[in-house]
Amino acid sequence: MMSLWALAMACVMASLLMGCTHRVDPNTLTFWTFGREGEAITQLLPQFERENPNIHVVLQQLPLSAAHQKLLTAFAGDSIPDMTQLGNTWMPEFVTLNALEPLQTRVAQSAVVKPSDYFTSIWNTNVYDGRLYGVPWYVDTRLLFYRNDLLKQAGFDTPPHDWAQWRRMLAATSHPDRGVYGILLPTNEYEQLMSLALQQPDPLLRDGGRYGNFESQGFKRALAFYVDTFRLHEAPDITNVEAGNPWSEFGSGVYDFYFSGPWNIGEFRKRLPASEQDDWNTAPLPGPDGPGASVAGGSSLVVFRNSTHKDAAWKLIEYLSRPAVQEQLYALLGDMPPRRSSWEGGNLHDDPKASAFREQLEDVKPTPPVPEWERIANEMQLVAAEAAAGELTVDQAAVEMDRRTDRILEKRRWILDHNQVAIGGRR
Amino acid sequence: MIRHGAAWLFLAPAMVILGVFFLLPVIAALFLSLTDYDLYALADIHNLRFIALNNYIELLHRPLFWSALGHTLYFVAVGVPLSMLVSLGAALLLNSPLARCKPFFRTALFAPVVTTVVAVAVVWRYLFNTKYGLINVALSWVGIHPVDWLGDPHWAMPAIILFAVWKNFGYNMIIFLAGLQAIPVELYEAARIDGASFWQQFRHITLPMLGPTLLMVGILTVSGYFQLFAEPYVMTEGGPLESTTSVLYMMYDEGFKWWNMGSASAIAFLLFIIMFVVTVLMLRLGRRGEEA
Repeated sequence: MMSLWALAMACVMASLLMGCTHRVDPNTLTFWTFGREGEAITQLLPQFERENPNIHVVLQQLPLSAAHQKLLTAFAGDSIPDMTQLGNTWMPEFVTLNALEPLQTRVAQSAVVKPSDYFTSIWNTNVYDGRLYGVPWYVDTRLLFYRNDLLKQAGFDTPPHDWAQWRRMLAATSHPDRGVYGILLPTNEYEQLMSLALQQPDPLLRDGGRYGNFESQGFKRALAFYVDTFRLHEAPDITNVEAGNPWSEFGSGVYDFYFSGPWNIGEFRKRLPASEQDDWNTAPLPGPDGPGASVAGGSSLVVFRNSTHKDAAWKLIEYLSRPAVQEQLYALLGDMPPRRSSWEGGNLHDDPKASAFREQLEDVKPTPPVPEWERIANEMQLVAAEAAAGELTVDQAAVEMDRRTDRILEKRRWILDHNQVAIGGRR
Repeated sequence: MIRHGAAWLFLAPAMVILGVFFLLPVIAALFLSLTDYDLYALADIHNLRFIALNNYIELLHRPLFWSALGHTLYFVAVGVPLSMLVSLGAALLLNSPLARCKPFFRTALFAPVVTTVVAVAVVWRYLFNTKYGLINVALSWVGIHPVDWLGDPHWAMPAIILFAVWKNFGYNMIIFLAGLQAIPVELYEAARIDGASFWQQFRHITLPMLGPTLLMVGILTVSGYFQLFAEPYVMTEGGPLESTTSVLYMMYDEGFKWWNMGSASAIAFLLFIIMFVVTVLMLRLGRRGEEA
């Protein structure tokens, strides 16, 4: 009973306090950041506050694993910040909620944010129905890390350009009897299969995001390539939990290829000894016939519609979009900038391991712009893992993925058919 | 009449709080579980549909629900007896006339209950660490190879059980201690005069006299352990390979990760029904035990 009383008192007190302090200081800008970015940005903000002494930024750092639900809960509870960083797979949800402030008029008047300077696909992940809802902050994509010394030993001088070549390299470098495999594809990560699937001409969802399109020829081709890698024992059938420490295993030659993102440049530099640093490099993703696309990931900076400090928020977005500041962020974290001009100077320009990313970023494709996508991708991977383990054929797996996806999208279909309100729909 | 009025007046604050903070949310959740309240409904309430028992039917067809229920039952079936054994053992030791520094040990053994779960989970994650953890170091002294406690799907749940038992046994220990102290000393004296051994005294005096306490502690512990959430949330995030995903964890994911409040509420009510049935069965068994 004591605790109930305490709870009741706390509620009364809280409502009284809310009544008094509902209007916050007009110069205080609340900004939510996640994970590693949250730590690094503390070093970028002092300069901004020196330039804008009348704006005080209140930073809230959320762990990445809790960020998504905190944002949604804050929206439901009407306690959303002025601005936040937002992963571009989460953006469809907040566009659906009508929570974000359109930014195209501000961009049109801006001397700093120049749309033509941004990687086109990355910029377009922020545009829904012709309206811009965010400014890209950093980019993320997946490509190949490879051991050039081991490939050379196997008789290959360059990394693969297409799947056929890639398959030959995987075959030549896999010795499952010795526990050596061509590549590590953790069966509980969906990004790898999704990247291969995005290279196909067929979209992943059809009819405006109403149904799954996993039974398309294109997807089945990607799934078959993925599943064959396991059936031919060119990748071990394990999850990233069982894989343990992939960095040292890549270093010791257990895997010749590693399919991952930009942050691993830093990890490999940190974890592998200096003598091994010349033995690895990065390469754009090989496609079915020649160089292929990869996934357009990353985070944008967004302003919430209910914010009362939109001008101040926009000033901070412009500051963080300066090429010099983006280069600083790369130096701090290895987060790759979304602007071409940010790649011109400093560390990035001369970094041989980053150049493959620069090349890949010109050829990236966004994930389907529906709020349900992350859940669909999770289900896709669960089924793909069963196929990789040999429990389903490629055709059966594709049917099962479509079945699960269509069930998840049932609500979306109902809304699209009953309301004339446009939901999602990226252009 | 006046006396009744006064009684209601005194009860009113408690009733109002119970009504507003307990009854009302429960009724709202029951209503939610019959709808498909989700992200679209949050955006615009016109997107809310009444779907009767569809959430429940769909849940019963989902393999994840059954595996989550399996993990929860595993946790309850192993965790509850273990926790009660440890509590009873500690209470017997504390109640023994041979024990010294009783207040100190009583406080020390109760301490884990009042610590915050997140803070001690950090410590336990170190203890469970495969390479540097003290538990594996201790195991290596008896020649057991290191166990990947939190990374191996087979060991993650035992690790969670160990942690949960350590965290909670103190509470039951205090209740058992009170129960033990209420047993008249004369009974033991009479038994000793009759030549009963320690084990016979325990079997024929302590256990029967503790009967009602055992039943109450059992029911409280079972209903507490069915609601497993905080431990896997801070230790393993439901992994590895969903091996520590409990029913409540699944509800959390469904509600706050995928924002399907309708189906999350349905999970909550299914769990309530399961716990209700188990509690009724335990009460029945307890009553039959008393009659026998």
